[in-house]
Amino acid sequence: MYNFEFEKPSTVADAVSALGGEDAQALGGGQTLIPTLKQRLASPSTLVSLGGIPDMQGVCIEDDGSVAIGGATTHATVASEAAGSYPALAALAGQIGDPAVRNRGTVGGSLANNDPAACYPAGALGSGATIITNTRQIAADDFFEGLFSTALEEGEIITTVNFPVPQAASYQKFLQPASRFALVGVYLARFADGVRVAVTGASEDGVFRWSEAEEALNKEFRPDALTGLSINPANMIADLHGSKAYRAHLVSVMTKRAIEACM
Amino acid sequence: MPKDSGIGASSKRREDVRFLTGAGNYTDDINVHGQAYVHFLRSDIAHGRIKSIDTSAAEAMPGVVKVFTGKDFEGVGGMPCGWEVTDKHGAPMQEPPHPILAQGKVRHVGDPIAAIVADSLEQARDAAEAIDLDIEVLPAVMNMKAAALDGATLIHDDLKNNICYDWQLGETDDAKVDEVFANAAHVTTLDLVNNRLVANPMEPRVAVGEYKPGTGDYTLFTTSQNPHVIRLLMCAFVLGLPEHKVRVVAPDVGGGFGTKIFHYAEEAFCTFAAKACNRPVKWTSSRSEAFMSDAHGRDHVSKIELALDADNNFIGLRTNTYANLGAYLSTFSSSVPTWLHGTLMAGNYKTPVIQVNVKAMFTNTVPVDAYRGAGRPEATYQLERVVDKAARELGVDPIALRRQNFITQFPYDTPVALTYDTGDYNGTMDKLEVAADLAGFAARRAKSEANGKLRGLGINCYIEACGIAPSNIVGMLGARAGLYDAATVRVNATGSISVMVGAHSHGQGHETAFPQVVADMIGIDESMVEIVHGDTSKIPFGMGTYGSRSLAVCGSAMVKATEKVIEKAKKIAAHLLEASEADIELKDGEFSVAGTDKSVAWGDVTLTAYVPHNYPLEVEPGLEETAFYDPANFTYPAGAYACEVEVDPETGQVTIEAFNAADDFGNIVNPMIVDGQVHGGIGQGIGQALLENCAYDENGQLLSASFMDYAMPRADDVPFYGVDHSSQTPCTHNPLGVKGCGEAGAIGSPPAVVNAVLDALNSGGKAVDHIDMPVSPSRVWAAMNS
Repeated sequence: MYNFEFEKPSTVADAVSALGGEDAQALGGGQTLIPTLKQRLASPSTLVSLGGIPDMQGVCIEDDGSVAIGGATTHATVASEAAGSYPALAALAGQIGDPAVRNRGTVGGSLANNDPAACYPAGALGSGATIITNTRQIAADDFFEGLFSTALEEGEIITTVNFPVPQAASYQKFLQPASRFALVGVYLARFADGVRVAVTGASEDGVFRWSEAEEALNKEFRPDALTGLSINPANMIADLHGSKAYRAHLVSVMTKRAIEACM
Repeated sequence: MPKDSGIGASSKRREDVRFLTGAGNYTDDINVHGQAYVHFLRSDIAHGRIKSIDTSAAEAMPGVVKVFTGKDFEGVGGMPCGWEVTDKHGAPMQEPPHPILAQGKVRHVGDPIAAIVADSLEQARDAAEAIDLDIEVLPAVMNMKAAALDGATLIHDDLKNNICYDWQLGETDDAKVDEVFANAAHVTTLDLVNNRLVANPMEPRVAVGEYKPGTGDYTLFTTSQNPHVIRLLMCAFVLGLPEHKVRVVAPDVGGGFGTKIFHYAEEAFCTFAAKACNRPVKWTSSRSEAFMSDAHGRDHVSKIELALDADNNFIGLRTNTYANLGAYLSTFSSSVPTWLHGTLMAGNYKTPVIQVNVKAMFTNTVPVDAYRGAGRPEATYQLERVVDKAARELGVDPIALRRQNFITQFPYDTPVALTYDTGDYNGTMDKLEVAADLAGFAARRAKSEANGKLRGLGINCYIEACGIAPSNIVGMLGARAGLYDAATVRVNATGSISVMVGAHSHGQGHETAFPQVVADMIGIDESMVEIVHGDTSKIPFGMGTYGSRSLAVCGSAMVKATEKVIEKAKKIAAHLLEASEADIELKDGEFSVAGTDKSVAWGDVTLTAYVPHNYPLEVEPGLEETAFYDPANFTYPAGAYACEVEVDPETGQVTIEAFNAADDFGNIVNPMIVDGQVHGGIGQGIGQALLENCAYDENGQLLSASFMDYAMPRADDVPFYGVDHSSQTPCTHNPLGVKGCGEAGAIGSPPAVVNAVLDALNSGGKAVDHIDMPVSPSRVWAAMNS
């Protein structure tokens, strides 16, 4: 990697200030950024670690029953501490990578990176989460803008992610055999006011909501409510591990399994 | 009764203590005072003509010691190929030069163009970015069949085409083969691909070169399976150095799987650069470099045809294979698709007429060479897939069809140049049928179906030729090296023993198993015997470890040397006991006079050898013997494997529910180590069958260039294995009666897995004949929905 300065502020304000420098880069758990640096594919002047800010750590239950997770909270912490309050989300966190990844990688880092095969974007979009930054609150529906692209401004930090807790939810992840990212992952959440279905791994545009499935399930929450519905393969990802048609097919299968898990 | 020591005992692997506690000494652990670091600037273009390389800015960068390009090696030899294959018309193979650094052209992504030696690796990488390259991009030659056509873009401008050789084995009369097929009652044909693999040993390759100007001595520390072979090739063919001035050390090596047999440019470079820079030079491969510079494995495209008569006897077999050699000839690459592949096409069957045709192709890819099994998995995969397909087409039981055609009389001369000394293929199949509970399969299938899954059973038989090999025979076949091995048994004064062996252990467990043999022969505790390997300054000239040969070849040398030691020790004992040498018996570490209670202990005899006060005058002092062993034949391990899979019909996901192996390895020294070798081999075979796929795009870019896209088998991809090696037909021509077990699992498992998947799909009403490996979920789903 190239040389860089390293800062580890203890407050959000100091982090924002440090990120104001030219070519400064926020560092969450580094599970994407550090390999990128090692391959010399990025050359930030300063890395600003968000791992030393107590306000960005931990899982707590808000007065409205939603689960608020600090942006710098690791997957392992979410997997254990959210297990009682939001089990489907905790299960999602517990399936990311391996123990080393889960003990470094963070929810804020994953959402800010918006890898098209990452798990958290599906969890956030499927839950209708609110991404809270140092400057504003962004609804998940407005946050994800395509591959590795989000609504975040330069230097904006995800401080907290607020997850409404559904009546039932399930994340069904079909593994890409090599990376064990999601070849297709479906996060289904059933709220009193409707069902949300978010799909990761499949689309060339990144995580998306399968609105036809949601409409069908809002009428009738049963696996065969999907009968006759299918995803258009045109916008699906095709690579070594699966064709467009295969991914489109898997979206249906994983959605059906998520419904069954919520029954 | 299981033994608790010596031959046949499952002694715990003594080397594992240091491996598992982080106390190993790997090449990257070796740092030489004052060393500099080399970074190789590698081509990101698959095929191109080098117009210019400007290194002037790089040379001026901080910390840079020297920048090398192909020009610096114009007076130096290239990387040699150790096996000359003669084509079917009697012409030698086309053998293009393979320079240490690219000269004139780059021929694959990863081809080294320049080498930057600097005080630190980061400085070397910084300088690499300052090298100005002008490379004219040429069309990448990727498809083997297209590469063979007249007018195809030439990878090596001085060759007449991209075909290294067009080789044939077995029946030379095409008309006779045609006649067999024309008269057949049934012909089964299969087109298949044996997928390209990357070995991916846990430890990437490393080289440290050192030169002592005071004495003119070189030392190369390197990740090798055969240090003497590296020394010979590098000294005689590449750098022109006197062998006695070069020491090659291969210390602890973290996995080889074949890809660390070969002499690589980086090793020769570090040795050369150590003198040129007057500093030790170290190179540690990154994982990314390993993907594009370690020799790959397999990559055959084959058509196989099996002819059967009306009674389902195999009467003819014909194969046509395109074998990918990559851009250059790696050390033993030419032998893999030929003498290690064609010779195995008889398999376990008495097929009377066999013709094997192989076109070996140059393409703009990383060189391809031996990988665990090396040619034998490719042969077994073709044969056992076509036999299974024939059984399905004929509606007969695949086991019965195999049994009907088994070779049962030994020795057996195959139509493809081998003589099997011994074997019992029904014996291993009998063991398999019990161990795998094949009788219970129908019930297990019903249970899977009740859970919405398809269940399949795949059977496979294999034979392999190990213990390579009689030097006179391989010499006739084109090998440019002998393939004996050597051992020195050095008995110390107090009775402990150091055994210097030419074999190299990079995970096999030699440090445990070899002492079991020596200790057993003498009757002393295993802990008194230790193996020394991996250093040309310490060991006799042996040929190293590959092809499941260590115990069969080097172990035989060790037995012979130990016999010489015992013979001499008996002379000393006879003198001490004032008896005739002919009356001396050695048992449990005691020499005794037959029929008397007179005896002398091993340690007293060994001490006498080195403190020869009371000593036979006609006997030399000391107790150290060396033996070289050149085998009389290959060894022929064989076996039968059964794989059971479940297929999720909704996703195409295959899970392996059971895997049983029944192998005949002849006699066994350490059953636990043999189990482990079989487990590892099956794991690698399952990796090939289900997961691993080294893929390039049409421009020669490596798509599976990291573990993000190259799927290695993980613990949860493989089942608990059932391993049975109780069916034993000892090798008839080596002293231990051993055959070799290192590659069997990787040879026998891929066809079993694929046969099982196809059985599952057919049981579910899908008439699927073939899916290429890796049988990934997407491919299974596509096959089910095509």
